[in-house]
Amino acid sequence: MGSLSIDNVSLTFESRKAGKVVALNELSLEIPDKQFAVIVGPSGCGKSSLLDLIAGLRDTSGGYCRIDGDAIDRPGSDRGMVFQTYSLFPWLTVQRNIEFGPSINGVSKSQREERTAHYVHAVGLSGFENAYPSQLSGGMRQRVAIARALANNPEVLLMDEPFGALDSQTRSIMQQLLLEMWEQEHKTVLFVTHDIDEALYLGDVVYVMSARPGRIMDTITVDLDRPRDYEITTSADFIALKRRIMTSLHGEVEKTMTIM
Amino acid sequence: MTTRNSINRLLTPKKSIPASLEIGAGATVAIGILVVWCALTYGGIIDENFLPAPGAVVEAFFKVVSNGMLFKHAKVSLTEIYVGFFLSSIIAIPVGIFMGSFRIVSAAIEPVVNFMRYLPVTSLIPLLILWIGIGIEEKIAVIFLGTFFQQIVLAADVSSRVPDDILNVSYTLGASKRQVVTRVLIPATLPGVMDTLRVTMGWAWTFLVVAELVASNSGLGYMILQAMRGLHPDRIFVGIFVIGFLGLATDLGFKWFTRALLPWTEVR
Ligand SMILES: Nc1ncnc2c1ncn2[C@@H]1O[C@H](COP(=O)(O)OP(=O)(O)OP(=O)(O)O)[C@@H](O)[C@H]1O
Ligand SMILES: [Mg+2]
Repeated sequence: MGSLSIDNVSLTFESRKAGKVVALNELSLEIPDKQFAVIVGPSGCGKSSLLDLIAGLRDTSGGYCRIDGDAIDRPGSDRGMVFQTYSLFPWLTVQRNIEFGPSINGVSKSQREERTAHYVHAVGLSGFENAYPSQLSGGMRQRVAIARALANNPEVLLMDEPFGALDSQTRSIMQQLLLEMWEQEHKTVLFVTHDIDEALYLGDVVYVMSARPGRIMDTITVDLDRPRDYEITTSADFIALKRRIMTSLHGEVEKTMTIM
Repeated sequence: MTTRNSINRLLTPKKSIPASLEIGAGATVAIGILVVWCALTYGGIIDENFLPAPGAVVEAFFKVVSNGMLFKHAKVSLTEIYVGFFLSSIIAIPVGIFMGSFRIVSAAIEPVVNFMRYLPVTSLIPLLILWIGIGIEEKIAVIFLGTFFQQIVLAADVSSRVPDDILNVSYTLGASKRQVVTRVLIPATLPGVMDTLRVTMGWAWTFLVVAELVASNSGLGYMILQAMRGLHPDRIFVGIFVIGFLGLATDLGFKWFTRALLPWTEVR
């Protein structure tokens, strides 16, 4: 299971220099088990902060995040995370990076190796098991990061602009790969992106966040057939949804600009 | 066309060049210095009591080797530097790593560390002589005090630069705080720690020679001082060269050790 419930969550940063910054204000969100949920929103609206709260890396200033009904108060291997900066362990080979979670959690060596082999293959990195991250391209590094998160068998996969640093070609290959893996594993995914095409292509539902303080401004159900391929990004349904998101985002982006 | 290409390459920042050219460039400069030295001395341009000829230095070298002086003094200096450096490193590096990553540690010791860091260790030499004497122990103390606080600050810097993301991702993979420290934070600091050791080892040589020149009864610095008193510039040069080569050998040892210990920093 892996349902998320975000209940009236607020987050305020207090710093001596900038004073109080309200990043999130009474945000609520329900993500059912096995859903692919996507969040889009203007820069600085609190998307990463929200993922940090769900991951348990930060405490809320108010409200609760729950997974399967249990309040989240610390990080745990039930919530895997993939960051934009690949955040691989540079001193470990591809194999050992992917094994990190299972080995921490006491999975037996044989089972660990079996799982790693499965994911190395699934993300298309066979033959690179013994390479170090510095020997890999950006796309390959992000494959390792995804494999590492999944090899730990989390209930929920949190992804913070995982493809943001990749070129558009690599990015669409990675989107395809992620969709294929999701079809197989059917885990709950919460995916943050700036890219509206990406949001619609991947998600079952897209949440549009407002400028800071972040709230959910619009919820768009994406009724496009699965499995999807890139053709659908030019379909009329897709474009209509895209227009709707762009309109609601546009005003928010302008708000952000005037703040800056 | 090809010559133009290779010249072009030489003038491009950060481009690699053929290994033969790399060795050749290094040899040319070294040999050039030697040639100038020969010309100045054998050509009679400079008085040999001022700058000894290469031949005289080589002769002096064999003399101090054969009468055992060089070996004796080098052994003392190497013992002093390695013991002092080792004692400093095994305490300073862990303390520095914790200082860079735990606020409470930095709050507690940063004021003292920064005070000591800007205090030249050479100014402590008279006090140390008064307390400990002029033997090996005092040199070890000088090297220890000279490197200890620098190592803490450098290691703290290395540790504070470990990206939050790799610590955070470890927590989300199920690691406990303790595991994050032992399995992520510490390995992540190792390349920086090796650099810190290499740099501070260079400084340690300086502190050692200064301490030996100020007051001692053995060591390479002492040997140089004796040569000066006896008006033997050739022996002074032997001392200087030996210190230089020992330093160079130590540095190469560090490089080799880093490569063996941290193969992932070399790949690509
Ligand atoms: N540690 C912090 N201290 C103070 N303010 C912070 C801190 N982290 C984030 N903020 C502020 O909180 C707000 C939300 O930040 P967050 O990183 O969650 O935004 P984001 O939506 O992920 O932005 P982007 O799309 O650019 O990644 C920003 O305005 C930021 O300035
Ligand atoms: Mg962000």
